[in-house]
Amino acid sequence: MVSVPGPHATYLNPILERHGHAAASLLQILREAQEHFGYVHPDALDYLSAQLRLPRARIEGVAGFYSFICLQPHGEYRVLFSDNITDRMLGSQTLMEQMCQQLWVEPGKASEDGLVSIGATSCTGMCDQGPAMLVNGRAVTHLSHQRVQEIAHLIRNRTPLDDWPGDFFRVEDNIRRKGLLLDSTLAPGDVLRAALAPGAADIVAAITASGLRGRGGAGFPTGLKWEACRLAQGAEHYVVCNADEGEPGTFKDRVLLTSHADLVFEGMTLCALAIGARKGFLYLRGEYRYLLEPLQAVLQRRRENNLLGACILGQPGFDFDIAIHLGAGAYICGEESALIESLEGKRGVPRSRPPFPVTHGYLQQPTAVDNVEIFCQAALAIHMGADNYRAIGTPKSSGSKLISVSGDCPRPGIYEYPFGVSVREVLKDCGAANTRAVQISGPSGVCVAESEFGRKLCFEDLPTAGAFMVFDDSRDLFEVARNFVHFFAHESCGFCTPCRVGTSMLKQTMDKIAAGHGTRYDLAEIEHLDQVLQTSSHCGLGRTACNPVLHTLRHFRPAYENRLKSLDFEPAFDLDGALARARQMTGRDDAGAHLKPEET
Amino acid sequence: MSDTFQLDGKNVPFESGQTVMQAALAAGHYIPHLCYHPEFKPHGSCKLCTVKVGGRTAASCTMPAEAGLNVESNIEEMNGLRRTLVQMLFAEGNHFCPSCEKSGNCMLQALGYDLEVHTAGFRHLYPDRPLDASHPDILLDFNRCILCELCVRASSEVDGKNVFALSGRGIAKHLIVNAKSELLKDTDIALADKAMQVCPVGVILKKRVGFSVPIGERRYDQRPISAQALDDAPRLSDASSSCAACEGTP
Ligand SMILES: Cc1cc2nc3c(=O)[nH]c(=O)nc-3n(C[C@H](O)[C@H](O)[C@H](O)COP(=O)(O)O)c2cc1C
Ligand code: SF4
Ligand code: SF4
Ligand code: FES
Repeated sequence: MVSVPGPHATYLNPILERHGHAAASLLQILREAQEHFGYVHPDALDYLSAQLRLPRARIEGVAGFYSFICLQPHGEYRVLFSDNITDRMLGSQTLMEQMCQQLWVEPGKASEDGLVSIGATSCTGMCDQGPAMLVNGRAVTHLSHQRVQEIAHLIRNRTPLDDWPGDFFRVEDNIRRKGLLLDSTLAPGDVLRAALAPGAADIVAAITASGLRGRGGAGFPTGLKWEACRLAQGAEHYVVCNADEGEPGTFKDRVLLTSHADLVFEGMTLCALAIGARKGFLYLRGEYRYLLEPLQAVLQRRRENNLLGACILGQPGFDFDIAIHLGAGAYICGEESALIESLEGKRGVPRSRPPFPVTHGYLQQPTAVDNVEIFCQAALAIHMGADNYRAIGTPKSSGSKLISVSGDCPRPGIYEYPFGVSVREVLKDCGAANTRAVQISGPSGVCVAESEFGRKLCFEDLPTAGAFMVFDDSRDLFEVARNFVHFFAHESCGFCTPCRVGTSMLKQTMDKIAAGHGTRYDLAEIEHLDQVLQTSSHCGLGRTACNPVLHTLRHFRPAYENRLKSLDFEPAFDLDGALARARQMTGRDDAGAHLKPEET
Repeated sequence: MSDTFQLDGKNVPFESGQTVMQAALAAGHYIPHLCYHPEFKPHGSCKLCTVKVGGRTAASCTMPAEAGLNVESNIEEMNGLRRTLVQMLFAEGNHFCPSCEKSGNCMLQALGYDLEVHTAGFRHLYPDRPLDASHPDILLDFNRCILCELCVRASSEVDGKNVFALSGRGIAKHLIVNAKSELLKDTDIALADKAMQVCPVGVILKKRVGFSVPIGERRYDQRPISAQALDDAPRLSDASSSCAACEGTP
């Protein structure tokens, strides 16, 4: 193959150089190429294929997996409205229509002059300050009619993003309640200095004794994970911080990375000491692209202060550094093995397990993958001592938990509680009134109704990764579930049959019910799909994809039944609907252009 | 000396490193499968091979065999699940068996018969998947692709070519070929490639040999897939040479 010279080499060469021409950095290279050129040009694919010695189709396949990587031009301004249910409740759909009208574009299509495209994207993690959107990857919060109008104006005038009012891009922390983590005043290096002398085995023993459990959802005992990783054989060990935070309604990692980044990196370095790693990664979701430079500055400062790099704190042999990898719009990359695939520059498809990442992770080497919050909590546990840490929370859930509160309440934001706080207490603190339901831990979690507000957030009762979405009595829980079902169908990686096809079937069924064509047969069909998805899906996404529907069906069955036709079966195919296109083409809409409803 | 596990009440010997599927086939026990191929590393994507192990479910093609496992495969619960998965695969693509050159040789169709899938089950998605007839000798009919990745794996692992890859995500996942034109004629595929032989359904077809064997006399017309699959698999006696058995089949 001859390499294609031309305009693409000029900007690709420095990017390739920066990444050492490593195929494992493919996703990072594609992302940076797109930041430069606007999209990944076919000639750029050829050039990368030659330079990275990767088949062109494989590069195209990687690019095609991630929502934020485009192989076609999508307008100088690519606007993506966050499409979480909380954004919708704040009016995002009307705002999107407004912007489409003002800029004369159809959703999902680039305008003819190549100026702008407007579409939707999965939750961008700004639920406490929505409706939100991304413009060329940068987060804009607090959208209103006024703001949308101003943005349309700026786009029409081709104003560079850097010249937009800084206010648009302001992301607030909204910390409402502090606890041991958010109150922490630890200085960089404090924990590491204290941990150096005892050494690896003691750190792991203390983490185990502290009772610390995963904060990313599954609640796996952190000490066990670190111990298994420490003992696993491998030329290298790796620490990976999971900052993919893709679960709709969750935004606590965003706040930790904004205001407690040092503690996160301190925890990662502590983990490196414990498991014997020399290299770590922070996998940062693409939606948090704006955090990249500030985080890199923190890393640089830590290097300068000998808290990263060679011989950390003067300890010979304690070498560790951290690289930041950005995601590119794929919720599945929060699943730890998919995340590792993505780190290796591949499509983010979950691996078959066993083997597990602790023995065969990044580049098949032992790897500890943990949530952002865990690294903070681990540092705190070491600092406080295992016994003191364990005294907080409940017997099986020690320490505190950051809760991301959004939805129908006057004070959305971050609340830190010791484990064991009741749903009702959180509702009271955030000022929620007339609450009908709360979605705990996002779409893959559980929906609790008023009768269950006494339940407690902890691994013994309601485990949570942190999302807490509040719905008051004006909300239709069917529409909430339908939004979540669309989310799963959009985010399924497509690897396994049950989830790839099943989530689409589920979406179709929910849309059919929404359109007024649903029957009791469809409700039975949903329960059947749930069985199939739960028993045969390859990973957690497919296994939990029916949860939102099942939980709302359990508590709010009338929300579904009110929409059903009385028939037991109704074909999904709508004969009269099928004529709509013909009507549009002929410009007719008289009675003769419609099928007569059959008398039965 | 090898350990054993139980499969539907029968003892199955296995060697360390074997998966439940490999050990079962080697011992002459059939577990339905589609993306598994004895010559390739298990993929674990179609989930047809799902079995019940101690109350939980797992894909038997990727699950390591372990002494003492109690595996249930030929039970109504698992066969019902498999029927639904087959229905899903049919609904996802565009399969018109009566006019398909692969009819009778198609694993998906054969599984449908063997598992007694009598109804469509789902509303079909009717995706728009244009053919690629650009190559002088080879036709690609993407309508029938079940995304098992066998051609991807064969082309890269055996042929050393990378003619095929996957792009897209979720229900939009699709097969692509390694050419800027997106056409097969611009790839280095050859008729003798392994990738030409592995497609379980009728996507990758040799031109001008259509219906040379009449329908009714084809592979799965003669014996059901549950019997054919056992012929294909390396058996206990020749477990050392992993693909000797299947190379011997016509
Ligand atoms: C579909 C899916 C998405 C996930 N997304 C995230 C995520 O965004 N952040 C996260 O920390 N864990 C996520 N997880 C859990 C991770 O797989 C893994 O358990 C976690 O990173 C381990 O960290 P922990 O022990 O601190 O929980 C996800 C899991 C699944 C199945
Ligand atoms: S369950 Fe869904 S997300 Fe998980 S591997 Fe299967 S298709 Fe991918
Ligand atoms: S073309 Fe055939 S072998 Fe290749 S992925 Fe599709 S079904 Fe599998
Ligand atoms: S045969 Fe096991 S998943 Fe396909």
